[in-house]
Amino acid sequence: MRFLLGLTRIKELSILLVTIAAGIYFTATSSAFNSIDNYQTITQYVAPWAIVAAGEVMLLICGEIDLSAGFVFTLSPFVLMLLFVNGSPMWLAVLGAIVASMLIGVVNGLIRTVLTLPSFITTLGMAFLLQGMVLIISNARPVSVPTGQPILNWFGGGKWTEFLWALVVVAIMQTVLSATRFGIYTQATGGNPIGAAEAGIRVNRIKVINFAITSTLAGLAGILQGTRVHSYDPTNGGFTLMFFAVASAVIGGTALLGGSGTVVGALLGALLLGIVFDGFNLTGVSANAFNVVLGIAILVAMILNVSLIVLRKRLGTRGLA
Amino acid sequence: MSADNGIPVMIEAEHVSKRFGPVTALRDINLHVRKGEILGLIGDNGAGKSTLIKILTGYHQPDGGRLLFEGEETTLRSVVHARSLGIETVFQDLALVNDLPVYLNLHLNKELVHRPVPFLRRAEMRRRAREVLDSIGIKIPSVNIEVGLLSGGQRQAVAVARSVYSNAKVLLLDEPLAAMGAKESGLILRLLDGLKRRGDLAIILIAHNYSQVVDVCDRVNLLQHGEITFDRPSKDTSVAELLELVHAEYRLNPTQG
Repeated sequence: MRFLLGLTRIKELSILLVTIAAGIYFTATSSAFNSIDNYQTITQYVAPWAIVAAGEVMLLICGEIDLSAGFVFTLSPFVLMLLFVNGSPMWLAVLGAIVASMLIGVVNGLIRTVLTLPSFITTLGMAFLLQGMVLIISNARPVSVPTGQPILNWFGGGKWTEFLWALVVVAIMQTVLSATRFGIYTQATGGNPIGAAEAGIRVNRIKVINFAITSTLAGLAGILQGTRVHSYDPTNGGFTLMFFAVASAVIGGTALLGGSGTVVGALLGALLLGIVFDGFNLTGVSANAFNVVLGIAILVAMILNVSLIVLRKRLGTRGLA
Repeated sequence: MSADNGIPVMIEAEHVSKRFGPVTALRDINLHVRKGEILGLIGDNGAGKSTLIKILTGYHQPDGGRLLFEGEETTLRSVVHARSLGIETVFQDLALVNDLPVYLNLHLNKELVHRPVPFLRRAEMRRRAREVLDSIGIKIPSVNIEVGLLSGGQRQAVAVARSVYSNAKVLLLDEPLAAMGAKESGLILRLLDGLKRRGDLAIILIAHNYSQVVDVCDRVNLLQHGEITFDRPSKDTSVAELLELVHAEYRLNPTQG
C-alpha cells in the first residue's frame, strides 16, 4: 500500500520511462537516430519548448496560463534588432530585449490581477497585439543575425548553447519551485488562493512575478532560437510554440487547474515530444501523424493525472485514516 | 474588566458597534475571554457572529467602542497585525492547501529557510511539525502526507495546530464542528479540551450545536441582533435553556428577524 502510494507520487518516473521507451524504439527502427548529429537535432526541438514550459509550469501551478508567450518569443529578437540598429551595443540590446519581454509579462500579470480579467482572455489579447507589433516592426520579413558579435555565441551562437540554457533554466526553476518560499507560495496560490491570502501570502504579487518569469524566459528563448539559425523570423514562435510548451508541461504532470506540477516533468515532456517528432521525421512518418500522437499523449497524460489523484485519494484514506 | 481570581482577561470588547451602510450589524457588544478559558459564542444566522469575529481578528474596524488586548486598548489594523499580536483565527474554509503536505501547511507563510541562501529547511520543518502535533495530541499518519488526503476532522485539527504553533494567545474558531460527523467532532472536542488544559490560550468557539458548546465551553455568550444578551457559565445553563432563548424570540416577535 505504502509502496503504491509512493509510486503514484512519481509522475516524472512514468514520463521518463515512456521517453526512454520511445528512444529505444526509434534507435531500433531507424539507423540515423542514434547519432550525435541527430541528438543535437532533437535538443534543438526540445530547448525552446522546455525553456518556455519552465515558465508556463509556474503559471499553471499558480492557476494561470500565458497564451502570449509564443509571441514574446517572436518579438524579443526584433526588440534586440531595434536597439542594435539604433546604436546600442549588442550586450545592451540583448538585455533590453529580455527586459522588454519581462515587462510584457508584468503587464499581463497586472491586467490579470488588478483588472481581474481571466488570464486566458488577457494573454489571448496580448498574443494578437504582440503578433501585430512583430509584423509591423519586421515588415513581415526575417532579418539576418548581425555577425561579429561574440556575445551572441553565448545566446544561441554555439551548437549546444540553446540546450545548455534549457538545462540551466530548468534546473534553476525547479530549484525555485521546490526549494524556496516563492515556490511554496506559487503552489499555495494555485491550490487555495483564498487560504493562501488568509495566511498572508500576497497571491497577486506571486502571479505577476510568474507572468514576468514566463515572458522573460520566452523572450530569452526567442533570441536563442533565432541566433542559432542566424535569422530572426517573424513567423517563428507564436501559438504553435506556446502550445508545445504547455503540452510539454501537461504531459510532464502539471495540473491544468493549478496546485501541482514540476519543471523537470515539463523538460521530460518536451524531450518525449522532441524524440517522437524527430523519430517520425527519420522513419518517414508524416507531420500529420505526429499531431495524432501529440493529441493522444496529452489526453493520456491528463487522464493518467486525474486517475492518479483518485487512486491516491483511495489509497490515502483507506490505508492511513 | 479586570482579573477574576487573578486570571487575566486576554481580549475584551467594550461597547463595540459596527454598521454597514444602513445596516447595523453590531449594536453594543461587551465580551471578554480569560486566559485558559473557552468561550462559546452562539447566535442565529445573521445575529452578527461573523462581523464580531472579523472585528476581533482585525479584518473590520469597529465604528464605536474599543478593544482591549491583554488589558490595553488596541486598534487591530489588519489580520496580519492581529496575528502578530497572537490573535489567530481558524476560518471555516481552513485556509489549508490540499496539494501541500501537512508540515508545509503548518508553516505556510512562516517557512524556515537557510541563511544566507534562502532554501527551505524541510527536515527541520518536518521535525517541528511532528513536535507540535504530538504536543496537542493530534494523530496523523505522517507529516509528509498531503492535506487533501486527510479527513475533515484531521484537516480541522491541522488548521488548529497551525494557529497554536504560531504562538497564539487568542484563538478564534469559526464553526469548526459544522458538517462534521460524531467521530470527527469528538476529535476536535478532545483537541479543544487539551488546549484548555494547557492553560495559556483564550479560545472563542462559534458553534451551532448547543450540546457541544455546553460540553466543552466554560462560558456561553448568546448574540442576538448585534448584542450579547446572555452570558453565563456553561455549568449554570443547559441545552434546553439555550434553545428556548434562541427560539423564544421568534415566538414573541414573529415580525422581527
